[in-house]
Amino acid sequence: MAIPPGVRAADWAAALKQFIDVLGSQWVFTSDEDVALYRDAYSPFWGEPEERLVSAAVAPDTTEQVSQIVKIANRYRIPLFSISTGKNLGYGGSAGNVSGTVIVDLKRMNRVIEVDDERYFAIVEPGVAYFDLYRHIQDRKLKVWIDTPDPGWGSVVGNSLDHGVGYTYGVYRDHFHSHSGLEVVMPNGEIVRTGMGALPGSKTWGEYRYGFGPTIDGLFAQGNVGIVTKMGFHLMPAPEAYQTSVVSVPKRRDLIPLVKIVNELEYSGAIGMPQYGSAVGGFGPPNPALAALLNRPTNPTDEELDQYAASQNRPYWRCELQWYGPASVIATQMEYAKARLRSIPGAAFTDGPLLQFPLTAEQLDRVHKVAIGIPNMAIFSIGARSPLNPSPSDGHLWFSPIIPKSGEAILEAQRVFMDVFRQMGMPSLTTPFSTPATWMYRAFVFIMGFPVYRNNPAQNKKTRDVFDRLIKAAAEHGWGEYRTPPAFQDAVMSTYNFNNHALLRVHETIKDALDPNGILAAGRAGIWPKHLRKAR
Amino acid sequence: MKTIASATLALLLLARAETANAQNRTAVDAGRDQYQYSCAICHGRGPGNPGTVALQAKYGGKSPALLEDRTDLTSGTVRFFVRRGVSIMPFFRKTEVSDADLNAIAAYLTRPRDATSSAPAALPR
Repeated sequence: MAIPPGVRAADWAAALKQFIDVLGSQWVFTSDEDVALYRDAYSPFWGEPEERLVSAAVAPDTTEQVSQIVKIANRYRIPLFSISTGKNLGYGGSAGNVSGTVIVDLKRMNRVIEVDDERYFAIVEPGVAYFDLYRHIQDRKLKVWIDTPDPGWGSVVGNSLDHGVGYTYGVYRDHFHSHSGLEVVMPNGEIVRTGMGALPGSKTWGEYRYGFGPTIDGLFAQGNVGIVTKMGFHLMPAPEAYQTSVVSVPKRRDLIPLVKIVNELEYSGAIGMPQYGSAVGGFGPPNPALAALLNRPTNPTDEELDQYAASQNRPYWRCELQWYGPASVIATQMEYAKARLRSIPGAAFTDGPLLQFPLTAEQLDRVHKVAIGIPNMAIFSIGARSPLNPSPSDGHLWFSPIIPKSGEAILEAQRVFMDVFRQMGMPSLTTPFSTPATWMYRAFVFIMGFPVYRNNPAQNKKTRDVFDRLIKAAAEHGWGEYRTPPAFQDAVMSTYNFNNHALLRVHETIKDALDPNGILAAGRAGIWPKHLRKAR
Repeated sequence: MKTIASATLALLLLARAETANAQNRTAVDAGRDQYQYSCAICHGRGPGNPGTVALQAKYGGKSPALLEDRTDLTSGTVRFFVRRGVSIMPFFRKTEVSDADLNAIAAYLTRPRDATSSAPAALPR
C-alpha cells in the first residue's frame, strides 16, 4: 500500500484508523487487490510510471460520514478525490489527478430522495446511476422522463458535475444546466446547501435553482472545492408520442443552410435534439476511389467530394429530427420543419413511425433508447469486439472540442483536424464526412475517441502526442475542450488563458481560500493547491 | 427398531439435502437478481447488449454468446473477469459488486442446469 506523497507514516496510520472508526473496516480499502480496482481502466498511461495510482479508498454511506472523512483528511493533510459511480471512462474513470490520492467512493450513497411527476424534479445522491433512477420511476409508474447519457450506468450527479449531456430537449440534456440545488461537503467538512436547499424546510429545492444571492454551484462542477452529496434535477413530462424524420441533402456545402435552419427550429422549441451524419462515409475500409482522395497529401476539394457522393448515389448529409408530444402537435411541427428545409434543393425526408407510449416490446427494441430517456449500454457496441471490430482496444480517450453551431465550423474542423492527423502521421479519426455531436444545446462538440491499450505503451504515447497537438490546434482556431481526461487537464486549462490566465488565477484564489490545505481533488481541471502549484 | 432408526436417518439425510438445495436455490436466485442488475445491462439477451455481441464475435457460435447459457464457467473465471475486466469492459469495485454479490453471481452462472430457478428474470424496461 502506497502512502500519499508528503504524508508521514504515523499520520497515515492515524488517518486510516480514524477512517475505520467512522466507516468500519469493511468500507476502508487498503489492500493492493482492492485498491487496484480504483485504477482508471482506460488510463493512457496504463502500466507506466505516470499512471495515476491511488493509495486507498473509503466508501461513506451518509453525508455526515463524508464530512467526518474530510475533517480527518484535513487533520493529516491526506489528499482526497471523490467519485460517484466511477464510470467517467474516457475522462478519467475512478482515479484522481495525482498518485497517492485516497478515493472517496460515493457509490453506497445511492438513495433517490424524491421524484415528483407533477412538478417534474428529482433529488438524488451521487451513487444513483441513470439505470437506478429510471427503474425507480418505472417501478412507481411516474409520468416523468429522465434525460440519460450514453451509456446509462454512470451517476446522475457525477455526469452532471462533469458537464455531461444527453439526448432529448436542450434544457434537459445539458445535465448541469438542468440541476437545481446542491448539498456539498466543503473542504473543512462543513455541510452547505445551495439554491433553495439553503432554506431549512424549503419546499422548492428541486424547482428553483438560484435561491437568493450569488450562485456558487458552478464551483463544484469540474471543480475541487467540495464533495457533492445531494443534487436536484429538473425532469421532463412523459410525452404522449415520439417521431423522427431524417432529412437528407445532396451536396457538401448544403450543410451550411441545413444547420442554419435546424438551429432555428431547435431554438424555437420546434424539435428535440437533431443528429447529423453522412451516408457517404460509414464504417469499414473506404472504397479505393475514396481512399485515393483521403490519402493524398492535401485535403480533397468540395467538388471532388460531391462527385464521390454522387458516384455512390447517396446524398452527402443527413440529419435526424425528433419530436415529442401529442401526435397532432408532432404532425404540425414536422410539416413546418419540412416546409422550411425544402428550401434546400434536393432535400428529401424519410419519416420514422409515430410511436405512442407505452411502446410495444418490438418498438422498444428498434427505437434509439436514449432519445426517449431509457438508459442502456448499446453505445459500447462501437468499441467492443464485433464483426466490424474483431480486435478491440482496452478503452478509449475522448477528445471533445466545442465548435460553433454552424456548417462552416464543421467543414473547418474537419480540415483542421485532418491536417493534424496527417502532420502527426496517424490515421485520421476525422474524415470529410465526420459530423459533431449535438448534445450541447448551444454549440457542437466535435468529439473523437482514441483507442488505448494495456499492452502497447508506444501506441498510447503516440496517442497522447496527437491529443496534445489537437488541443493546441483547436485553441489556435478558437475552439476549446469542454471536458478531458486528467492527463490533459493542465493542457486544456492552459488554453483558457485570456489576460494571462486570469480565470485560472481566480480559481486558484478560491481554491486557496476554501481549501487551504489543498486536500480535495488536487489538479482537477488544472486547478492545483498552492503547495503543488507549478510555475507558469 | 433397526427399521425405525434407518427410516429416521433417511429422513434426516433427506431433510439435510433439501436444506442444502434450498440454500443453493437461494444463492442462485440471489445471483440471478444480482446478475440482472449488474451484468445483464451488457450481457443480456437481445439487441443492444455489447457484451453478448462481443462474445458472439469472439466465439463465433462455438460457445454460447449469452453468459447465462454457458455451462463451462467456473467461479474462478467469473471472479477473474469481474475483477480484472477484459477489452473495454472495466473491472468492478467492491462498492459496485461486493464479494458477496460476486459469489452469488458465480453461483448463478455455475448453477446446476436442472435447477428450477434457472430461467432468467425479464429485463427491466
